Amino acid sequence: MLSKKTKEAFWGPLNINNPVVVQILGICSALAVTVQLKPALVMGISVTIIVALSNVVISLIRKSIPMRIRIIVQLVVVAALVTIVSEVLKAFAYDVAMQLSVYIGLIITNCILMGRLEAFAMTNNVGESLMDGLGNGFGYAWILVVVAFVRELLGSGKILGYQIIPDSWYIANGGLYENCGMMLMPAMALILVGCVIWIHRIANEEKK
Amino acid sequence: MEHAISLFVRSIFADNMIFAFFLGMCSYLAVSKDVKTAAGLGVAVVFVQTITLPINYLLQVHVLTPMGLGYLSFILFIAVIAAITQLVEMIVEKFSPSLYNSLGIFLPLIAVNCAIMGGSLFMQQRVLLDAENVKAIANLGDAFAFAVGSGLGWMLAIVALAGIREKMEYNDVPKPLQGIGITFITVGLMALAFMCFSGLNI
Repeated sequence: MLSKKTKEAFWGPLNINNPVVVQILGICSALAVTVQLKPALVMGISVTIIVALSNVVISLIRKSIPMRIRIIVQLVVVAALVTIVSEVLKAFAYDVAMQLSVYIGLIITNCILMGRLEAFAMTNNVGESLMDGLGNGFGYAWILVVVAFVRELLGSGKILGYQIIPDSWYIANGGLYENCGMMLMPAMALILVGCVIWIHRIANEEKK
Repeated sequence: MEHAISLFVRSIFADNMIFAFFLGMCSYLAVSKDVKTAAGLGVAVVFVQTITLPINYLLQVHVLTPMGLGYLSFILFIAVIAAITQLVEMIVEKFSPSLYNSLGIFLPLIAVNCAIMGGSLFMQQRVLLDAENVKAIANLGDAFAFAVGSGLGWMLAIVALAGIREKMEYNDVPKPLQGIGITFITVGLMALAFMCFSGLNI
Protein backbone atom coordinates (compact mmCIF):
# COMPACT_ATOMS: atom_id res chain seq x y z
CA MET A 1 0.00 0.00 0.00
CA LEU A 2 2.74 2.40 0.96
CA SER A 3 5.42 3.19 -1.59
CA LYS A 4 9.08 2.71 -0.77
CA LYS A 5 9.65 6.45 -0.51
CA THR A 6 6.81 6.91 1.95
CA LYS A 7 8.15 4.12 4.14
CA GLU A 8 11.59 5.64 4.05
CA ALA A 9 10.16 9.05 4.95
CA PHE A 10 8.72 7.44 8.08
CA TRP A 11 11.44 5.01 9.19
CA GLY A 12 14.52 7.07 8.21
CA PRO A 13 14.13 9.72 10.92
CA LEU A 14 13.57 7.11 13.62
CA ASN A 15 17.12 5.84 13.42
CA ILE A 16 19.52 6.53 10.53
CA ASN A 17 18.42 10.12 9.99
CA ASN A 18 17.29 10.94 13.51
CA PRO A 19 16.61 14.69 13.77
CA VAL A 20 18.15 15.02 17.24
CA VAL A 21 21.23 12.81 17.33
CA VAL A 22 22.20 12.83 13.63
CA GLN A 23 20.98 16.11 12.20
CA ILE A 24 21.35 17.95 15.56
CA LEU A 25 18.06 19.83 15.19
CA GLY A 26 15.62 20.83 17.90
CA ILE A 27 18.16 20.49 20.68
CA CYS A 28 16.96 23.42 22.80
CA SER A 29 13.73 21.87 23.94
CA ALA A 30 15.11 18.32 23.88
CA LEU A 31 17.50 19.27 26.67
CA ALA A 32 15.30 21.53 28.73
CA VAL A 33 12.20 19.40 29.24
CA THR A 34 13.89 16.11 30.14
CA VAL A 35 14.18 16.44 33.92
CA GLN A 36 11.08 14.25 34.27
CA LEU A 37 9.44 11.73 31.99
CA LYS A 38 5.95 13.24 31.95
CA PRO A 39 6.76 16.67 30.48
CA ALA A 40 9.12 14.96 28.03
CA LEU A 41 6.28 12.70 26.82
CA VAL A 42 3.89 15.63 26.49
CA MET A 43 6.51 17.64 24.62
CA GLY A 44 7.25 14.71 22.29
CA ILE A 45 3.58 14.23 21.47
CA SER A 46 3.02 17.98 20.95
CA VAL A 47 5.97 18.27 18.59
CA THR A 48 4.86 15.17 16.65
CA ILE A 49 1.37 16.59 16.15
CA ILE A 50 2.68 20.00 15.13
CA VAL A 51 5.33 18.68 12.72
CA ALA A 52 2.84 16.32 11.05
CA LEU A 53 0.07 18.92 10.71
CA SER A 54 2.30 21.77 9.57
CA ASN A 55 3.91 19.45 7.01
CA VAL A 56 0.44 18.63 5.68
CA VAL A 57 -0.69 22.27 5.57
CA ILE A 58 2.46 23.54 3.88
CA SER A 59 2.42 20.63 1.45
CA LEU A 60 -1.20 21.48 0.51
CA ILE A 61 -0.44 25.13 -0.23
CA ARG A 62 3.13 24.65 -1.46
CA LYS A 63 2.31 25.60 -5.06
CA SER A 64 0.73 28.92 -4.13
CA ILE A 65 3.40 30.19 -1.70
CA PRO A 66 5.61 32.88 -3.28
CA MET A 67 9.25 31.83 -2.82
CA ARG A 68 10.37 35.17 -1.37
CA ILE A 69 8.05 35.19 1.62
CA ARG A 70 7.89 31.45 2.25
CA ILE A 71 9.69 31.66 5.61
CA ILE A 72 7.08 34.05 7.02
CA VAL A 73 4.22 31.91 5.66
CA GLN A 74 5.75 28.81 7.26
CA LEU A 75 6.27 30.63 10.56
CA VAL A 76 2.66 31.83 10.65
CA VAL A 77 1.30 28.32 9.97
CA VAL A 78 3.51 26.86 12.69
CA ALA A 79 2.72 29.66 15.15
CA ALA A 80 -1.03 29.13 14.65
CA LEU A 81 -0.69 25.38 15.32
CA VAL A 82 1.50 25.95 18.37
CA THR A 83 -1.03 28.44 19.75
CA ILE A 84 -3.77 25.81 19.44
CA VAL A 85 -1.67 23.13 21.15
CA SER A 86 -0.66 25.54 23.90
CA GLU A 87 -4.27 26.54 24.61
CA VAL A 88 -5.37 22.89 24.64
CA LEU A 89 -2.59 22.00 27.10
CA LYS A 90 -3.49 24.92 29.36
CA ALA A 91 -7.10 23.73 29.36
CA PHE A 92 -6.57 20.00 29.98
CA ALA A 93 -3.10 19.59 31.49
CA TYR A 94 -2.42 22.84 33.30
CA ASP A 95 0.38 21.62 35.58
CA VAL A 96 2.37 20.10 32.71
CA ALA A 97 1.83 23.27 30.65
CA MET A 98 3.29 25.31 33.54
CA GLN A 99 6.25 22.95 33.84
CA LEU A 100 7.01 23.27 30.12
CA SER A 101 6.57 27.08 30.41
CA VAL A 102 8.22 28.85 27.48
CA TYR A 103 9.31 25.67 25.76
CA ILE A 104 5.86 25.06 24.27
CA GLY A 105 6.03 28.49 22.63
CA LEU A 106 9.53 27.70 21.49
CA ILE A 107 8.27 24.84 19.33
CA ILE A 108 7.74 27.63 16.78
CA THR A 109 11.45 28.13 16.46
CA ASN A 110 12.25 24.42 16.76
CA CYS A 111 14.69 23.77 13.94
CA ILE A 112 13.08 20.39 13.16
CA LEU A 113 9.92 22.15 12.00
CA MET A 114 11.56 24.68 9.73
CA GLY A 115 13.99 22.06 8.48
CA ARG A 116 11.25 19.58 7.52
CA LEU A 117 9.05 22.27 5.97
CA GLU A 118 11.90 23.62 3.87
CA ALA A 119 13.51 20.33 2.94
CA PHE A 120 10.48 18.07 2.56
CA ALA A 121 7.01 19.59 2.62
CA MET A 122 7.82 22.29 0.06
CA THR A 123 8.62 19.69 -2.59
CA ASN A 124 6.57 16.57 -1.75
CA ASN A 125 2.92 15.54 -1.80
CA VAL A 126 0.59 15.44 1.18
CA GLY A 127 0.78 11.73 2.06
CA GLU A 128 4.56 11.61 2.06
CA SER A 129 4.76 14.87 4.02
CA LEU A 130 2.45 13.45 6.68
CA MET A 131 4.59 10.32 7.08
CA ASP A 132 7.77 12.40 7.13
CA GLY A 133 6.28 14.63 9.83
CA LEU A 134 5.20 11.65 11.95
CA GLY A 135 8.60 9.98 11.51
CA ASN A 136 10.51 13.05 12.58
CA GLY A 137 8.16 13.70 15.47
CA PHE A 138 8.61 10.16 16.83
CA GLY A 139 12.35 10.29 16.16
CA TYR A 140 12.49 13.40 18.33
CA ALA A 141 10.17 11.96 20.97
CA TRP A 142 12.07 8.74 21.61
CA ILE A 143 15.34 10.55 22.28
CA LEU A 144 13.49 12.78 24.76
CA VAL A 145 11.99 9.75 26.47
CA VAL A 146 15.34 7.96 26.77
CA VAL A 147 17.09 10.99 28.26
CA ALA A 148 14.18 11.82 30.57
CA PHE A 149 13.96 8.17 31.73
CA VAL A 150 17.61 8.13 32.80
CA ARG A 151 17.43 11.57 34.42
CA GLU A 152 14.26 10.91 36.38
CA LEU A 153 15.31 7.41 37.49
CA LEU A 154 18.79 8.37 38.65
CA GLY A 155 17.97 11.94 39.67
CA SER A 156 14.90 11.38 41.82
CA GLY A 157 14.39 7.59 41.88
CA LYS A 158 11.01 7.89 40.19
CA ILE A 159 9.39 7.04 36.87
CA LEU A 160 6.42 9.17 35.80
CA GLY A 161 6.21 10.40 39.38
CA TYR A 162 6.02 6.89 40.95
CA GLN A 163 8.77 5.88 43.37
CA ILE A 164 10.83 3.05 41.83
CA ILE A 165 13.82 2.85 44.16
CA PRO A 166 12.51 1.37 47.46
CA ASP A 167 12.41 3.87 50.32
CA SER A 168 14.34 1.54 52.61
CA TRP A 169 17.43 1.73 50.34
CA TYR A 170 18.02 5.40 51.13
CA ILE A 171 20.69 6.50 53.58
CA ALA A 172 18.05 8.45 55.51
CA ASN A 173 16.27 5.15 56.20
CA GLY A 174 19.40 3.17 56.99
CA GLY A 175 20.22 2.02 53.43
CA LEU A 176 23.19 2.76 51.19
CA TYR A 177 21.51 4.56 48.28
CA GLU A 178 21.44 8.27 47.48
CA ASN A 179 19.84 10.06 44.53
CA CYS A 180 22.27 11.57 42.06
CA GLY A 181 21.38 15.27 42.28
CA MET A 182 23.68 16.02 39.34
CA MET A 183 21.17 14.40 37.00
CA LEU A 184 18.62 17.13 37.72
CA MET A 185 21.01 19.86 36.62
CA PRO A 186 20.92 21.24 33.07
CA ALA A 187 24.52 20.20 32.42
CA MET A 188 23.78 16.48 32.68
CA ALA A 189 21.20 16.69 29.89
CA LEU A 190 23.95 17.81 27.53
CA ILE A 191 26.32 15.09 28.65
CA LEU A 192 23.61 12.42 28.37
CA VAL A 193 22.67 13.49 24.84
CA GLY A 194 26.40 13.38 24.02
CA CYS A 195 26.47 9.78 25.26
CA VAL A 196 23.33 8.87 23.25
CA ILE A 197 25.05 10.23 20.13
CA TRP A 198 28.12 8.19 20.99
CA ILE A 199 26.17 4.93 21.38
CA HIS A 200 24.06 5.66 18.30
CA ARG A 201 27.18 6.15 16.17
CA ILE A 202 28.83 2.98 17.43
CA ALA A 203 25.65 1.01 16.67
CA ASN A 204 25.33 2.39 13.17
CA GLU A 205 29.03 1.99 12.45
CA GLU A 206 28.64 -1.79 12.85
CA LYS A 207 25.72 -1.94 10.42
CA LYS A 208 27.85 -0.46 7.62
CA MET B 1 18.45 51.76 37.82
CA GLU B 2 20.08 49.29 40.23
CA HIS B 3 17.43 46.79 39.31
CA ALA B 4 18.24 47.18 35.59
CA ILE B 5 21.97 46.67 36.25
CA SER B 6 21.30 43.59 38.36
CA LEU B 7 19.02 42.25 35.64
CA PHE B 8 21.73 42.87 33.07
CA VAL B 9 24.44 41.04 35.01
CA ARG B 10 22.14 38.16 35.95
CA SER B 11 21.03 37.63 32.37
CA ILE B 12 24.66 37.33 31.23
CA PHE B 13 25.85 34.89 33.90
CA ALA B 14 23.24 33.27 36.14
CA ASP B 15 20.41 33.15 33.58
CA ASN B 16 22.67 32.53 30.61
CA MET B 17 20.56 31.64 27.56
CA ILE B 18 22.74 28.68 26.62
CA PHE B 19 23.86 27.21 29.91
CA ALA B 20 20.73 27.70 31.97
CA PHE B 21 17.96 27.43 29.35
CA PHE B 22 19.54 25.79 26.26
CA LEU B 23 18.11 28.42 23.93
CA GLY B 24 19.56 28.89 20.47
CA MET B 25 21.36 25.53 20.65
CA CYS B 26 21.05 24.65 16.95
CA SER B 27 23.05 27.56 15.59
CA TYR B 28 25.22 27.49 18.72
CA LEU B 29 26.47 23.99 17.91
CA ALA B 30 26.54 24.46 14.14
CA VAL B 31 28.40 27.78 13.92
CA SER B 32 30.98 27.36 16.67
CA LYS B 33 33.82 25.87 14.61
CA ASP B 34 35.98 29.00 14.59
CA VAL B 35 36.09 32.08 16.75
CA LYS B 36 35.69 34.68 14.00
CA THR B 37 32.36 33.45 12.59
CA ALA B 38 31.14 32.69 16.10
CA ALA B 39 31.78 36.30 17.12
CA GLY B 40 29.99 37.50 13.96
CA LEU B 41 26.89 35.49 14.77
CA GLY B 42 27.11 36.62 18.40
CA VAL B 43 27.08 40.28 17.36
CA ALA B 44 24.10 39.65 15.08
CA VAL B 45 22.17 38.00 17.92
CA VAL B 46 22.90 40.84 20.35
CA PHE B 47 21.79 43.30 17.68
CA VAL B 48 18.47 41.62 16.83
CA GLN B 49 17.71 40.80 20.48
CA THR B 50 18.26 44.42 21.53
CA ILE B 51 15.78 45.63 18.91
CA THR B 52 13.07 42.97 19.04
CA LEU B 53 12.74 42.42 22.80
CA PRO B 54 11.83 46.03 23.73
CA ILE B 55 9.40 46.17 20.78
CA ASN B 56 7.74 42.95 21.93
CA TYR B 57 7.68 44.37 25.47
CA LEU B 58 5.79 47.45 24.28
CA LEU B 59 3.38 45.26 22.30
CA GLN B 60 2.80 42.99 25.27
CA VAL B 61 2.16 45.81 27.75
CA HIS B 62 0.29 48.28 25.57
CA VAL B 63 -1.52 46.13 23.01
CA LEU B 64 -1.92 42.48 24.03
CA THR B 65 -2.67 42.82 27.76
CA PRO B 66 -5.18 45.73 27.66
CA MET B 67 -7.08 44.07 24.81
CA GLY B 68 -6.99 40.60 26.33
CA LEU B 69 -5.31 39.10 23.27
CA GLY B 70 -2.68 37.13 25.20
CA TYR B 71 -3.27 34.01 23.13
CA LEU B 72 -2.10 35.82 19.99
CA SER B 73 1.33 36.53 21.47
CA PHE B 74 3.14 33.66 19.70
CA ILE B 75 2.06 34.77 16.24
CA LEU B 76 2.66 38.43 16.96
CA PHE B 77 6.12 37.91 18.48
CA ILE B 78 7.35 35.68 15.67
CA ALA B 79 5.99 38.10 13.07
CA VAL B 80 7.81 41.00 14.74
CA ILE B 81 11.02 38.97 14.91
CA ALA B 82 10.81 37.86 11.27
CA ALA B 83 9.99 41.37 10.08
CA ILE B 84 12.72 43.05 12.16
CA THR B 85 15.29 40.51 11.00
CA GLN B 86 14.36 41.23 7.40
CA LEU B 87 14.51 44.98 8.07
CA VAL B 88 17.87 44.79 9.85
CA GLU B 89 19.22 42.75 6.97
CA MET B 90 18.15 45.38 4.44
CA ILE B 91 19.46 48.31 6.51
CA VAL B 92 22.82 46.67 7.18
CA GLU B 93 23.15 45.80 3.49
CA LYS B 94 22.51 49.42 2.51
CA PHE B 95 24.65 51.24 5.06
CA SER B 96 27.45 48.84 5.91
CA PRO B 97 28.18 46.36 3.13
CA SER B 98 31.30 45.12 4.92
CA LEU B 99 29.35 44.16 8.05
CA TYR B 100 26.68 42.63 5.81
CA ASN B 101 29.26 40.49 4.07
CA SER B 102 30.70 39.21 7.32
CA LEU B 103 27.28 38.50 8.88
CA GLY B 104 25.76 37.54 5.53
CA ILE B 105 24.18 34.14 5.90
CA PHE B 106 23.60 34.40 9.66
CA LEU B 107 21.14 37.28 9.64
CA PRO B 108 18.18 35.44 8.08
CA LEU B 109 18.91 32.43 10.34
CA ILE B 110 18.37 34.55 13.43
CA ALA B 111 14.62 34.73 12.73
CA VAL B 112 14.40 31.09 13.86
CA ASN B 113 16.97 31.33 16.65
CA CYS B 114 15.32 30.11 19.87
CA ALA B 115 17.29 32.62 21.93
CA ILE B 116 15.45 35.54 20.32
CA MET B 117 11.97 34.04 20.61
CA GLY B 118 12.85 32.67 24.05
CA GLY B 119 13.94 36.11 25.22
CA SER B 120 10.56 37.54 24.26
CA LEU B 121 8.68 34.68 25.93
CA PHE B 122 10.69 35.05 29.15
CA MET B 123 9.96 38.77 29.05
CA GLN B 124 6.26 37.93 28.79
CA GLN B 125 6.52 35.80 31.96
CA ARG B 126 8.65 38.30 33.85
CA VAL B 127 6.31 41.22 33.23
CA LEU B 128 3.83 39.46 35.53
CA LEU B 129 6.29 39.15 38.45
CA ASP B 130 6.24 41.43 41.52
CA ALA B 131 8.42 44.52 41.30
CA GLU B 132 10.63 43.25 44.20
CA ASN B 133 11.52 40.03 42.38
CA VAL B 134 15.08 40.15 40.99
CA LYS B 135 13.82 38.78 37.69
CA ALA B 136 10.96 41.24 37.20
CA ILE B 137 10.82 43.45 34.13
CA ALA B 138 8.89 46.55 35.20
CA ASN B 139 9.63 49.12 32.52
CA LEU B 140 11.20 49.66 29.12
CA GLY B 141 14.65 50.22 30.65
CA ASP B 142 14.52 46.79 32.31
CA ALA B 143 13.42 45.18 29.06
CA PHE B 144 16.35 46.83 27.32
CA ALA B 145 18.83 45.70 29.99
CA PHE B 146 17.51 42.12 29.81
CA ALA B 147 17.73 42.15 25.99
CA VAL B 148 21.35 43.36 25.87
CA GLY B 149 22.36 41.07 28.74
CA SER B 150 20.85 37.89 27.31
CA GLY B 151 22.31 38.69 23.88
CA LEU B 152 25.77 39.24 25.34
CA GLY B 153 25.49 36.07 27.43
CA TRP B 154 24.75 34.09 24.28
CA MET B 155 27.67 35.72 22.48
CA LEU B 156 30.01 34.97 25.39
CA ALA B 157 28.95 31.32 25.33
CA ILE B 158 29.44 30.83 21.59
CA VAL B 159 32.83 32.58 21.48
CA ALA B 160 34.05 30.51 24.43
CA LEU B 161 32.91 27.24 22.85
CA ALA B 162 34.48 28.19 19.51
CA GLY B 163 37.77 28.84 21.29
CA ILE B 164 37.67 25.44 22.99
CA ARG B 165 36.72 23.65 19.77
CA GLU B 166 39.61 25.28 17.91
CA LYS B 167 42.02 23.89 20.50
CA MET B 168 40.29 20.51 20.54
CA GLU B 169 41.08 19.94 16.85
CA TYR B 170 44.41 18.48 17.97
CA ASN B 171 43.07 16.18 20.65
CA ASP B 172 42.71 12.43 20.34
CA VAL B 173 38.97 11.83 20.76
CA PRO B 174 37.42 8.34 20.35
CA LYS B 175 36.18 8.09 16.78
CA PRO B 176 32.40 7.73 17.31
CA LEU B 177 32.52 10.64 19.75
CA GLN B 178 34.35 12.99 17.38
CA GLY B 179 32.65 16.15 16.18
CA ILE B 180 29.24 16.68 17.64
CA GLY B 181 29.37 14.11 20.46
CA ILE B 182 32.36 15.61 22.23
CA THR B 183 30.94 19.09 21.63
CA PHE B 184 27.86 18.18 23.65
CA ILE B 185 29.98 16.91 26.51
CA THR B 186 32.15 20.05 26.36
CA VAL B 187 29.06 22.27 26.56
CA GLY B 188 27.85 20.16 29.48
CA LEU B 189 31.09 20.77 31.36
CA MET B 190 30.93 24.49 30.53
CA ALA B 191 27.38 24.56 31.86
CA LEU B 192 28.61 22.98 35.11
CA ALA B 193 31.22 25.73 35.42
CA PHE B 194 28.59 28.40 34.79
CA MET B 195 26.41 26.99 37.54
CA CYS B 196 28.66 28.64 40.09
CA PHE B 197 27.08 31.94 39.02
CA SER B 198 23.62 30.77 40.03
CA GLY B 199 24.28 31.79 43.63
CA LEU B 200 25.18 35.29 42.47
CA ASN B 201 23.29 37.93 44.42
CA ILE B 202 23.53 41.55 43.42
